[in-house]
Amino acid sequence: MALDPATVRRIAALARIRMDDAEVATLVGELNAILGWIEQLNEVDISGVDPLTGAAHMALKMRDDVVTDGGYPDRILFNAPDRIGEFFAVPKVVE
Amino acid sequence: MLTDLTIAEGRDGLRERKFTAVELTLAHLHAIEALNPRLNAYLSVGHAQAVEQARAADVALAGGDTRPLLGIPLAIKDLFCTAGVRTTAGSRILMPFIPPYESTVTANLLRDGAVFLGKTNMDEFAMGSSNMTSHYGPVENPWKRRQDPTAVLVPGGSSGGSAAAVAARLAMGGTGTDTGGSIRQPASFCGLVGVKPTYGRCSRWGVVAFASSLDHPGPFARTVRDAAILLGSMAGHDPKDSTSADVLVPDFEAACQRPIKGLRIGVPKEYRSDGMPGEIETLWRQGAAWLREAGAEIVDVSLPHTKYGLATYYIIAPAEASSNLARYDGVRFGLREKGEDLRDLYERTRAEGFGAEVRRRIMIGTYVLSAGYYDAYYLRAQKVRALILRDFTEVFAKVDALLTPTAPSAAFAHGEKMDDPITMYLNDLFTVPADLAGVPAASVPGGLDADGLPLGLQVMARPFDEETLFAVAAALERAAGFSALPTLRAGG
Repeated sequence: MALDPATVRRIAALARIRMDDAEVATLVGELNAILGWIEQLNEVDISGVDPLTGAAHMALKMRDDVVTDGGYPDRILFNAPDRIGEFFAVPKVVE
Repeated sequence: MLTDLTIAEGRDGLRERKFTAVELTLAHLHAIEALNPRLNAYLSVGHAQAVEQARAADVALAGGDTRPLLGIPLAIKDLFCTAGVRTTAGSRILMPFIPPYESTVTANLLRDGAVFLGKTNMDEFAMGSSNMTSHYGPVENPWKRRQDPTAVLVPGGSSGGSAAAVAARLAMGGTGTDTGGSIRQPASFCGLVGVKPTYGRCSRWGVVAFASSLDHPGPFARTVRDAAILLGSMAGHDPKDSTSADVLVPDFEAACQRPIKGLRIGVPKEYRSDGMPGEIETLWRQGAAWLREAGAEIVDVSLPHTKYGLATYYIIAPAEASSNLARYDGVRFGLREKGEDLRDLYERTRAEGFGAEVRRRIMIGTYVLSAGYYDAYYLRAQKVRALILRDFTEVFAKVDALLTPTAPSAAFAHGEKMDDPITMYLNDLFTVPADLAGVPAASVPGGLDADGLPLGLQVMARPFDEETLFAVAAALERAAGFSALPTLRAGG
């Protein structure tokens, strides 16, 4: 499953990372080397094995579905690069 | 010198009023002033806040307060959010970020009276094994090669700043996080004790997320007992982290005194790699002999899926990272680059804000989670992860703990192992399995190689059995009698 430049560009678009042709070319080589190395997992017999999603040696806890936090917009907005009133501001999305 | 004291000695000295918390903190702040411009271990130093915390500790001490870390100055990895104090995760994208909240682990340390000296350097978003991927420059390991003392060595990574700070006596202890080995490998490279506890033992709340199913906060210290004291404060159930374990925190410090007579210690044959120096193999055998002399029974065991740990990790960790790092979009916090429209803003912000290694891992993660490849990569990796956990479960039915080398090499120089990403990834060969399985593990300094560089031995134990982990680690420490000092250190 070798990656070509078009696939790398597609992944970069999915990941929302702007990428010039030079970086795409570098990544084609690096990602193919890494994915080639990862191919070793194909040697492992995984038949009948359930996937493991995490390392927690316990059952996940449940809590009541209620609001337990919030009500401080100034703290939430404290790090905003741009804001208008109590909102995060971004370039115009809808014409 | 006050900077040479262990945490246990510092705690006793403060309670006996042999010195004040302000004196202890100032000694460390002066050491930082002298050495940090060279080591680059701290990204920011909170001089005024530290002195203020130390003053408060002195008042409390005078009132007979006996909180476990009262007046003890620590280094905090810049991955832990600290209220009102810039937290960068070693990344340009978080350069302007000042958290309005305190992580649970650092809040626990403050509750117990600790003084925070500053925030320490690290690989960007904890992705690295050398601290070379930090946006804020590399860290110099305070240890030097005997034959080549001018070579600048890496402290390991990703928690390289905390490791260098504690080794150079710029802090009495520190915090780190371990996702693939980021506490244990730098501990090995810097001659320290580093502990990655059981997954769920320390809350991840307020720790900048890398790979949520693998991220483990834990301590660095110069002795096993000090690491036990720190973990005792850091650990504990936190309702704000759904994977935080609601289990009792035992007395880890007391566990360091436990005899290991009669314990069964497994030596897994798979913990070897091509080109691993003979000295590491020799130290490993020596470690087993030390434990046998202390009354343990050494048992040859097998963890057959060990060699697949790294490849499994390099699917799961980037997959989780690509999801976690989606939040850095230039909208709510962190860096923003101007764009022609919202999408262009996202793409420029992330291109400018993330370094090469982080971009590479986001790309891998996005690819292995993308339609058509999910089953071939991600699902397969999760199944191999299940087999790696099964290896541990089966072996821990036969033995109480495992002994292995921590890393396949000693500290290497800046610029080495940088030719291709996989060479760097191989550093974590022996540490990654415990992260995938969530079992507790520690690195303890075992000795020096021919170059005079420290080498660590790794102990692993059953989930939530850190007491056995500390007992075995302390037995190794007593037998090894490691007393070598790094070249660069306070007063050195």
